[in-house]
Amino acid sequence: MRFYEYESKRILAKAGIPLPKSHFCTTAEQAREAAVAIGGPVVVKSQVLSGGRMKAGGVKFADTPDEAAKHAADILVLPIKDLLPVGVLVEEKQQVVQEYYAAVTYDGRAKRPVIIFSDMGGIDIEEVAEQHPEHLSRTHFSALRPFSDYIAKTAVSNVGITGNDLTALTRIVSGLTRLFLDRDMTLAEINPIGKLADGRIIALDCHADMEQEAQRQHLDLLKDLGLVGDEKRQARPPTDFEMEAERIDGADPRGVAGNLTEFDGDLGLIIGAGGGSLTLFDAVRAAGGKPANYCEIGGNPSVSKAANLTKLIVSRPNVKKIAVMMNVVSNTRVDIVARGVVKGCIEAGFNPAEKIALFRIPGSWEGEGFAILEKYGVPYVDRTVSMDEAARIAVENMKKA
Amino acid sequence: MAMFIRVDLDPALQGDAALCKALVEACPVDIFKSPAEGQVVTVEENLDECTLCDLCLQAAPGKVTVVKLYREP
Repeated sequence: MRFYEYESKRILAKAGIPLPKSHFCTTAEQAREAAVAIGGPVVVKSQVLSGGRMKAGGVKFADTPDEAAKHAADILVLPIKDLLPVGVLVEEKQQVVQEYYAAVTYDGRAKRPVIIFSDMGGIDIEEVAEQHPEHLSRTHFSALRPFSDYIAKTAVSNVGITGNDLTALTRIVSGLTRLFLDRDMTLAEINPIGKLADGRIIALDCHADMEQEAQRQHLDLLKDLGLVGDEKRQARPPTDFEMEAERIDGADPRGVAGNLTEFDGDLGLIIGAGGGSLTLFDAVRAAGGKPANYCEIGGNPSVSKAANLTKLIVSRPNVKKIAVMMNVVSNTRVDIVARGVVKGCIEAGFNPAEKIALFRIPGSWEGEGFAILEKYGVPYVDRTVSMDEAARIAVENMKKA
Repeated sequence: MAMFIRVDLDPALQGDAALCKALVEACPVDIFKSPAEGQVVTVEENLDECTLCDLCLQAAPGKVTVVKLYREP
């Protein structure tokens, strides 16, 4: 669950992290009153869940309350990546002399949380990592053992910061990390942290993501923010393609064949199995493939459900072929999925032998499943071919097309 | 139109109300329906959902044949 900036700042404030004065406003008049209350130059910031606010004109500076009201009126009706803001944040403008970056997230490869810190804040951290790696530290820590301020201090000092700045930044990074752990965040980021002309160091912009499944454990926080449990936040509204997949999944309680996210590639994916969908999606990309979608299939969906999902995906004009791949499955029948995808292709007017780049689902009833695939000439591999290799073959077959 | 499964019923089933009822009740994917007491027919749109569980074969021994069309030449 992704929080808006104004919500993230309220969460940071609870963690004791210093912040500029700010007010969340939903009208231009409120923005004017907020600027009056702040009593000086302000920045008016669009509250949307997508990035790129500055480039899109969603962040503007105002020297007077009237100017703040005018900017708020403009920003409140300005869509950013198709999303209208839920309001604006009117915030005290700061004289910043140095910017830093701090984030806490999980490192999937290391299987541990990591603090990322840089003394080059305010710009894309990926750019810093590529072009100025000496200005970035990565400090892994345990999510099981008690967290110590020493770890935060190490993260900050590893880029050469000393003295009062080290002390102030350690306090911020430590607070951010404890917040990350205590509130089951998947990402807690401050970019930039600003050192002001008067020497104070405060969080200027931030981003917090809470693990969706953990919401019920943090109802106190969510209620404080005026949110109810189980609220879903997405970076963009669902597309028609995604909504139709959700309808197909919801129409039949048997198994899962949905949870689809649209991408702009040309290889449709029908994937799943205990994290297999994520692995396979990444494997396809690593092999140079361009997925047209992410989706999940599993838990023994009916033939008609698998067929309807297949029909939906293969009918997309950008989808040249589909790959049907899972890890070894014990709770999903290979033959049932094979029937579904073959039937879906045929009902959509395609030859499954041409439309399916590869079928790689080993597991229950695979003998029957493989017999179906052979009957219809669909290329398939068994469990002796790894998921990575299967993804490579699928992408290769796709390119041949 | 079913592509993968065909179910053949022995004509002797018709008129045997108990067997017809047993078949309708046995199938987990509703392949059988009873249009009238003592009659049973297959539901075309559900045939491909057959899970090959053999419950119908047990409910009406020797009276039902499940054909895997994809195994046929």
